[in-house]
Amino acid sequence: MLDKNGIAKRIAKEVKDGMFVNLGIGIPTLVANYIPEGVNVVLQSENGILGMGPFPFEGEEDADLINAGKQTITLLKGSSIFDSAMSFGMIRSQKVNLTILGAMEVSENGDIANWKIPGKMVKGMGGAMDLVASAKNIIVAMQQVNKAGQSKFLPKCELPLTGVRCVKKVVTELGVYEISPQGGFKLLERAPGISVEQIKNATAGKLIVEGDVPEMQI
Amino acid sequence: MINRVVKNVEEALKDIKDGNTLMVGGFGLCGIPENCIAELVKKGVKNLTCISNNAGVDDFGLGLLLQTKQIKKMISSYVGENDEFERQMLSGELEVELVPQGTLATRCMASGYGMPVIFTPAGVGTEVAIGKETRKFTFNGEEKEYLMEKAFEADFAIVKAWKGDTAGNLIYNSTARNFNPLMAMAGRITIAEVEELVPAGELDPDHIHTPGIYVHRIFQGQKYEKRIEQRTVRKK
Repeated sequence: MLDKNGIAKRIAKEVKDGMFVNLGIGIPTLVANYIPEGVNVVLQSENGILGMGPFPFEGEEDADLINAGKQTITLLKGSSIFDSAMSFGMIRSQKVNLTILGAMEVSENGDIANWKIPGKMVKGMGGAMDLVASAKNIIVAMQQVNKAGQSKFLPKCELPLTGVRCVKKVVTELGVYEISPQGGFKLLERAPGISVEQIKNATAGKLIVEGDVPEMQI
Repeated sequence: MINRVVKNVEEALKDIKDGNTLMVGGFGLCGIPENCIAELVKKGVKNLTCISNNAGVDDFGLGLLLQTKQIKKMISSYVGENDEFERQMLSGELEVELVPQGTLATRCMASGYGMPVIFTPAGVGTEVAIGKETRKFTFNGEEKEYLMEKAFEADFAIVKAWKGDTAGNLIYNSTARNFNPLMAMAGRITIAEVEELVPAGELDPDHIHTPGIYVHRIFQGQKYEKRIEQRTVRKK
């Protein structure tokens, strides 16, 4: 079973040279640590940055320079700063090539829920609804099974939706999946040591398994 | 040159009244108009509607106006990290309208551009779309459903810039730009507080982010705290 870093490491393989990438809060942020040498990407932060760099050294934090998670960060050479409307402009117009974000639930037709648990948690959607509605290429990083042992791969999301029919790929602690255009979680790779049987038990929605599914290489 | 300078924060906010709608710039605690928020607390104006991406933290930013229960309604995209906010929202004391962040930004921008509505794909098929008109458009080679969202109108926009001149021209610093230039364009009256106020002519016209036409009042801000919400560092 993969831990958070394992999921991030596997997703990093989806990041290709020349891409502009938006990373959400949580596991997606960790992806930046595993992008291979020689793969040049530009990280976008929706509060208005292209070319986001690592955290600053102690003592060099700048209150005016934060990312969308409100963390102090640095800028890389060639970076640019812009306002929030332009930031979502480049997301909406699909100049940003890849969006990686977390989810609480995903449905077999690619719906995603990640912003609200009615009566319990209402923090708001931030930029998630804009990102999922516009991005051509969306990868979701999530836990397939919650702490109570219930699957979060559902026939239909139970929580309020963030977006409909938008998720293309999902990486979890158990495997890599593609959302089939006809509906269903198509298993592409198994996490090391995980069997198809275990994956079946962790999938409440329609699971598609074709032939021998390889174990992932990370 | 038309002089936009007012003496101080008291004069800048003199006619803000109970029940007004205010746009407040900033992202998290970054680029927030600290002086104006402190003055609003002092003035004690109530029943405010605030359009702001976030609601501050418990003891800073718009959180200060929540503590004193001066805000009736918040229109925001993300309101985590604020216990008092959550308490007031769940108890029904505070009205909250959550808006996707890009929609929020663009509804401010549209206002400053004189466009009454925008169409965006964000929120289609979610509870954000309830009661709103949708239309199908083919754009970028793809037919998709778009949601019609109205431009925001506000009695006052309150923004913070790094430098400003006496003509009201503004320049922001780094990511403290965020929503500030968009809201600056959208207020019926726009009030700007700046870290450094200089005479007209000292800022390069090519470097202006917000032209002074949008800024009705500008003043030299005092004692910026610039609090950091998530101090993250690495070791040397």
